[in-house]
Amino acid sequence: MRDFDLNSTFLFITAGVIVLFVIAQSVFFLIQAWRRARELGIEVQTLRRVARSSAVFTVAPAIAIILGVITLSRFLGLPLPWLRLSILGALTYELPAASSAAAALGVPVSEGVTDPRAYMTIAWVMTLGIMSGLIIVTLFLKKIQGGIQSLKKRDTKWGDIFLTALYMGMISAFLGMIFADVTAGLRGWIPVFVMLISALLMLLCGFFVKVLKVKWMEDYALPFSMLGAMALSIPITRLLG
Amino acid sequence: MKASYSEKVHTWGRSWCALAMIMFMLFPAAAGLYYRAWPYGMGLLKGLLGVAPIFWTVGAIEAFTFSPMLGSGGSYLGFVTGNLANLKVPCALNAMEIAGVKPGTEEGELISTIAIAVSSIVTTLIIFAGVLLLSWLQPILESELLAPAFANILPALFGALAVVFISRNWKIALAPLLFMLVLFISVPSLSGSVSILVPVGAIIAIAAARVLYKRGYL
Repeated sequence: MRDFDLNSTFLFITAGVIVLFVIAQSVFFLIQAWRRARELGIEVQTLRRVARSSAVFTVAPAIAIILGVITLSRFLGLPLPWLRLSILGALTYELPAASSAAAALGVPVSEGVTDPRAYMTIAWVMTLGIMSGLIIVTLFLKKIQGGIQSLKKRDTKWGDIFLTALYMGMISAFLGMIFADVTAGLRGWIPVFVMLISALLMLLCGFFVKVLKVKWMEDYALPFSMLGAMALSIPITRLLG
Repeated sequence: MKASYSEKVHTWGRSWCALAMIMFMLFPAAAGLYYRAWPYGMGLLKGLLGVAPIFWTVGAIEAFTFSPMLGSGGSYLGFVTGNLANLKVPCALNAMEIAGVKPGTEEGELISTIAIAVSSIVTTLIIFAGVLLLSWLQPILESELLAPAFANILPALFGALAVVFISRNWKIALAPLLFMLVLFISVPSLSGSVSILVPVGAIIAIAAARVLYKRGYL
């Protein structure tokens, strides 16, 4: 048996190949969607704005994901967390999955795994424990989308309202969550204040775009508000924490 | 007859997603073969029992809730690259807003796909850079100074999103928002299960919207 190393070149290369596959899929869909959008007459300028804005918006959440890699790497080395957080999962899933497998094996999560069989068990649990979304999308997305389209055909206005209601439901759930700790005292209000600052910054951006006609700001309003609120959460936490 | 984009996207999506599932299983399979180490059967079963009932449910719920918003191409990609609620869905909604297109239309589908593809590529590259520069980045990212900023990433994201979307659809948002506020304030421990509550919010929003629509308020 080879000496097991959580950070071996082999594990890095295997993870790297899979990450490259995911990038290839993204590039493939990007090219196909871009071409089709051009066929439909959507201007290159609009597509570039969408791409730029999406890229800028992604930076802060992506950096936060690196924190997840760091958290898991103490226990699992770098290749597995790097792979898992570059694909499918999020820390909110990967950490409980790894912890659940570790607990089943009686392995401590505070130090690096030394038993290769324990590592394989954890890797399989992390891989298999979250496949359902991908399986359903692969098998049933065509039907789901067909259902939405027939709903829209029957009643276009209701179809639009239905889709709006779906994301209103999502936003409401996350907004509600922000208030979860308000009964715990002033500290519990910190996320609420951060949310309000983000909302105010967004309104400020809206003022610049709509009233002062600073059009370029429209593309960066969301990342700007988000980063601004994250930055201001530091003094707010110092003040109230 | 030439297949339309909306037909082709399902063929591409199914092929890529099926391949992706095989690729994801490649890591533990290849590592096991290389080290000649197989998972502990009982540990695997117990470990899966600890997470699969919850996360398979969450995954199924996400598939039905997010895919209508993301469109076909966006869903096939988003469900492979992950981080949906905290990154890909807001990114796609923001992109459709900027381009002035609606979800559920072909234009919306294309813009959503482009946004998710760009977001996935950028995320992967940033994480890769993070892994390369880890020893240099770790003390900065884990510093006490920056901790509140990363702890508040979701309030910072959803505050801005709320202004754009709730202000325009406040009638639809009112009922789910009130329900979620009361629920989370009454049971704070539910904040760990927000993914499960997304479809609950969606169902309340759809029911409220239906009533308002039928009565001519929308």
